[in-house]
Parts: sequence; structure tokens; C-alpha cells
Amino acid sequence: MLEGYLPVLMFIVVGLLVGSVAIMAGFVLGRRRPDPAKLSPYECGFEAFEDSRTKFDVRYYLVAILFIIFDLEIAFLFPWAVALHRIGVFGLAAMGLFLTILVVGFVYEWKRGALEWE
Amino acid sequence: MTATLLEFWNGLPEDFRIPVLILLKIVAILVPLMLSVAYLTFAERKIIGYMQIRIGPQRVGPRGWLQPIADALKLLLKEIIVPANANRFLFLLAPVLSIGPALAAWSVMPFGHGMVLANVDAGLLFLLALTSMGVYGVIIAGWASNSKYAFLGAMRSAAQMVAYEIAMGFALVGALMAGGSLNLGKIVLAQQGGVLHWFWLPLLPLFFIYFISGVAETNRAPFDVAEGESEIVAGFHVEYSGMAFAVFFLAEYANMILISTLAAVLFLGGWLSPFEGTGWQAYVNWVPGTVWLLLKAAGFLFLFLWFRATFPRYRYDQIMRLGWKVFIPITIVWLFLEGFAILFHLQPWFA
Repeated sequence: MLEGYLPVLMFIVVGLLVGSVAIMAGFVLGRRRPDPAKLSPYECGFEAFEDSRTKFDVRYYLVAILFIIFDLEIAFLFPWAVALHRIGVFGLAAMGLFLTILVVGFVYEWKRGALEWE
Repeated sequence: MTATLLEFWNGLPEDFRIPVLILLKIVAILVPLMLSVAYLTFAERKIIGYMQIRIGPQRVGPRGWLQPIADALKLLLKEIIVPANANRFLFLLAPVLSIGPALAAWSVMPFGHGMVLANVDAGLLFLLALTSMGVYGVIIAGWASNSKYAFLGAMRSAAQMVAYEIAMGFALVGALMAGGSLNLGKIVLAQQGGVLHWFWLPLLPLFFIYFISGVAETNRAPFDVAEGESEIVAGFHVEYSGMAFAVFFLAEYANMILISTLAAVLFLGGWLSPFEGTGWQAYVNWVPGTVWLLLKAAGFLFLFLWFRATFPRYRYDQIMRLGWKVFIPITIVWLFLEGFAILFHLQPWFA
């Protein structure tokens, strides 16, 4: 049953190889003349003031957390959608209940302003 | 030549024949794909040029047709700069991680009836997983560069890609409900019967949301805040040069082609002829299905370029509002309506 996935696996390997080989070719064929100014991180005309790995906005975390919840839900919807014509009204109602609970959480986030980006 | 090849083939042990055959098929997909990517960049410059009443590139080769080759050679010969503060391994891993999935996704793409490299039943799930991988390349690139612009750009693009991925995932679920299978070939076959039977009609909102999310997923205009030149220069790949940059570039364009082809497969009947069920079909029977698929995909690709020439860039808060507050509610509601339509066997789509 899993033989069908051999081409998929090989394609992933080939895809990664294409990227690696291209970059290696760039290293081999490209010129290399490093100097300290060229290798310093890009920051308009100044020395970098501080390390760039600084604090960042907490909203990015919120987006990430919301994403996990919704993406998991999509993962739940996939098998449900395939079987929908077999599980009928009961299936639709069950998924409706599940989605309603999720939407309540989503509305709460919305009202609390987690989705505002001004 | 043919004789030596045949001899080589016969000399191969049985166990190696299948992998070699698969490898040949992979090359047969990748080479045209890479050429399309190269000439998509050329088409982009030409088309946007004409939209702005310019001619676009025209110096290299006849009418500029060798321009993409010249670009590739130039990038190949440029120095790859690895910034002193960067995390060297992750810095070089990021472009590879972004192109790998963009190419591997083609393994399940049906180019015609039965013309698919891996006819697996979890095709759509595999695609969802792979398109989600794209965000790793972006965020690792931004982190490893250790530069503020790259870091900010990576945070922005990652949050944006993640937000639109949800809308896109819901739209995929819609296509999946309508097709009743995760196998892309079966989804296409479920759309047989002419233009009005294709899923774009019963899934119209999902179709629009899928394509717009696809534009946002690939960080293309008007959603290209990641590389808003006026504020954070090129965003997550500002520190990349030479081939390392070229690989990111390839991945972006390969993703555009992937999104366009997928839109054609899921919503516009894939390889099916648009004249099916009409009197015209008799005249176009000789056209292979792959041609229809490529024409439909090319139409979507043209839209990508047209958008870029037409729309001004969105502001970041507008992007997030559109993704979270408009697209996600619409998709959830439409999935419900579609569920009812399927249960009540709404003709002619859900028999």
C-alpha cells in the first residue's frame, strides 16, 4: 500500500537536492572576496546598535497560537469531509457542534482585540 | 545511442528499474517546471512592462528571449555572502527548505487522466502539509541572518502566511467535500460534464478565497509587505545574494505556478475540456487534456502578474483583517452551506 509513496519520497529528496546543488554551484563558481564591512549585517549606514534578536510584538505569538488551533481543526475536517456522504446528517451535526465551540473561542479572541493590528 | 540505453536498461537489476523510471519521470516534470519558472520571470517583466507602456527587457537575444538565461548565469557567478553574525548552517538551510516542498508538491499533481507521478489517495493532505512547510524557510532565513530587517520581514511574512494558510486550508476542505476524495485525479473526475459542472460555481466564494490566499501565501503583490522596499528593504531575504537568493526566487515562482495549477485542478476542472457537453467538443477532441490544464494555469499566472501591475500594496493591519475577519468567517459559513447542499444532493454537482 505504501509503494505508491516511493515517488513522493524520491521527489522530496530530489527537491532538496536541487536547492543544495544550486547553492553549492554558487559557492564553487561565484567569486569570494570577504571583507568585514561586506559581512556585517545590513543596517542603513550605521553599525548595528544591538543584537537583532530582540523582543518582538506579542501579537505574533497570538497569531501563532490561533493558527495552531485552526490548523488542527482543518486536519480534523479532512477525514470528515471525505466521509461526509456516508455519515450524513449526524456527521454534519457533530461537526457543526465542534465548529460552534471553536467559533465561540474565535469570537472571544475577536472581541478581546487579539486580531487588531493598528 | 538508443541501443546503449536499451543495453543499460536491460543490465539493470530488477530492483533498480522502478527507482530509475521514477527518477526519469521526476526529471521530466522538473525540467519543464524550471523552464516555466525562468520564463515566468521574463513574462512578468514583459507583461508588466507593456501594462506600464514600456517594452520590458529586449537586449539579450532576439526580443529579449535569452534574458532569463542571462539572469541565471549572472546569479550563478555572484558571490554568496554569509554575514559574519549569521548562523551559517541555518542560513544556508533556509533556501533549501523553501524550494524542496515547492518542487516536491508536484509529485501528486495530475497532468491528465492517469498522468500523475504518484497516484496516492492522500494527495491533497500531502499538498496541505507541503505548502505549510514553506513558512519554515522564511522564518529560518529571518532568524539565521541576524539582521533586523530580515528578522522583522520574517515575522511579518510568517504571520501573514500562517493566517492565509487557514483560509486556504478551509477552501481545500471545500473542494475535498465536493470531490469526495483526497486524490486530486478523482477530484477532477468529479467535475466532469462541462464548465457549469466545475467546482468554481458551487464553491464560488471558496474559489476566490483560495486564489487570493494563494497570492498572499506566496507573498506576492498586493500582499508583499514582507519586501516593502520603502520600510524593510527586501524582508527576510535581504542578506541573501547570488545563488542562495536565486533559490528563494525560484521557490517563490515555483510556488506561484503550483498555486495556479492547483486552482485549475480543484476549481476549474483540471485537464477537462471547457467545451465538454457542447457541440464544440467534436472540434477540440484532438487537444490533449494537459494543454487545457496548462492553459488554465497560465490564466491564473497572468492574474498574478496583472495584480502586481494594478494594485497598490496593502497595509499590514489591512492584510491581517482581511485574512482573519473576512476570509475565515466566510469559509466556515460556506463549508456549512456546502455540507447541506451535499446532504440534499443539490444537482448537478452533488449527485
